Amino acid sequence: MPVAKTDRLPIRSGEDVVRVRQTVRTRAIEIGLSLVDQTKIVTAASELARNTLDYGGGGEARVEVVHEGARRGVRLTFEDQGPGIPDLAKALADHFTTGGGLGLGLGGAKRLSNEFHIESTVGVGTRVTIARWK
Amino acid sequence: MDRIPILKLGGALIVTIQVDMHDRLALALEEDLTAKIASTGARGVLIDISALEIVDSFIGRMLDNIAAVSRVLDADTVVVGMRPAVAITLVELGLELTGIKTALNIERGMALIRSRLDESKDEARSARARRED
Repeated sequence: MPVAKTDRLPIRSGEDVVRVRQTVRTRAIEIGLSLVDQTKIVTAASELARNTLDYGGGGEARVEVVHEGARRGVRLTFEDQGPGIPDLAKALADHFTTGGGLGLGLGGAKRLSNEFHIESTVGVGTRVTIARWK
Repeated sequence: MDRIPILKLGGALIVTIQVDMHDRLALALEEDLTAKIASTGARGVLIDISALEIVDSFIGRMLDNIAAVSRVLDADTVVVGMRPAVAITLVELGLELTGIKTALNIERGMALIRSRLDESKDEARSARARRED
């Protein structure tokens, strides 16, 4: 899948989470996503960036503008070298939380995206990729 | 660290969130608002989120917490100005914000708070009248 543009952003603080949101917003506007779809992908990005920070101990976000034939999309990858998730099915279920949050982060981000992929290895880290297409 | 200002208008507190909040700023607002309700005896809290481009689970939880704490402190919280795209996204995210009173805009939100303030004035008046009888 051709990638037209890539931003790599560190996630080390709450301010970094805000910067990730802003970059995703800019790219979503560029590819012409509707206001509702912009809001969905930015909200999903916020949830996942916070997970990377709070559970993964920080990491990196990659924001890409991708093309597939005539359609364009925003693809986001969140990667950390944290403790990993032992039970993915449980982590994806709503209202499951280990961090005192609402437990809507992963499941919510999945519902707000067109594509969702997660890989996690205990002791190695976690990578979540989502995409929203125009 | 920067803070979100809280204004007092009669018996109500008014907050307009104009910045893209990071989590610490949201937590600070929760604390500041709770302290201010206690110190002023405010009966109503109006939170204007019309400038917020997203409400994620963290901000949603902050709004829920503020409403719950203010209820315990005998104040009503009304959240006003949520953008339609934000409302659609919130529901899909799975956040229903059941503990929060909402109003379309500041005018309607203030009307809700005012009716609560009038009610408590009426109560005080009838209590006084009973004592005088």
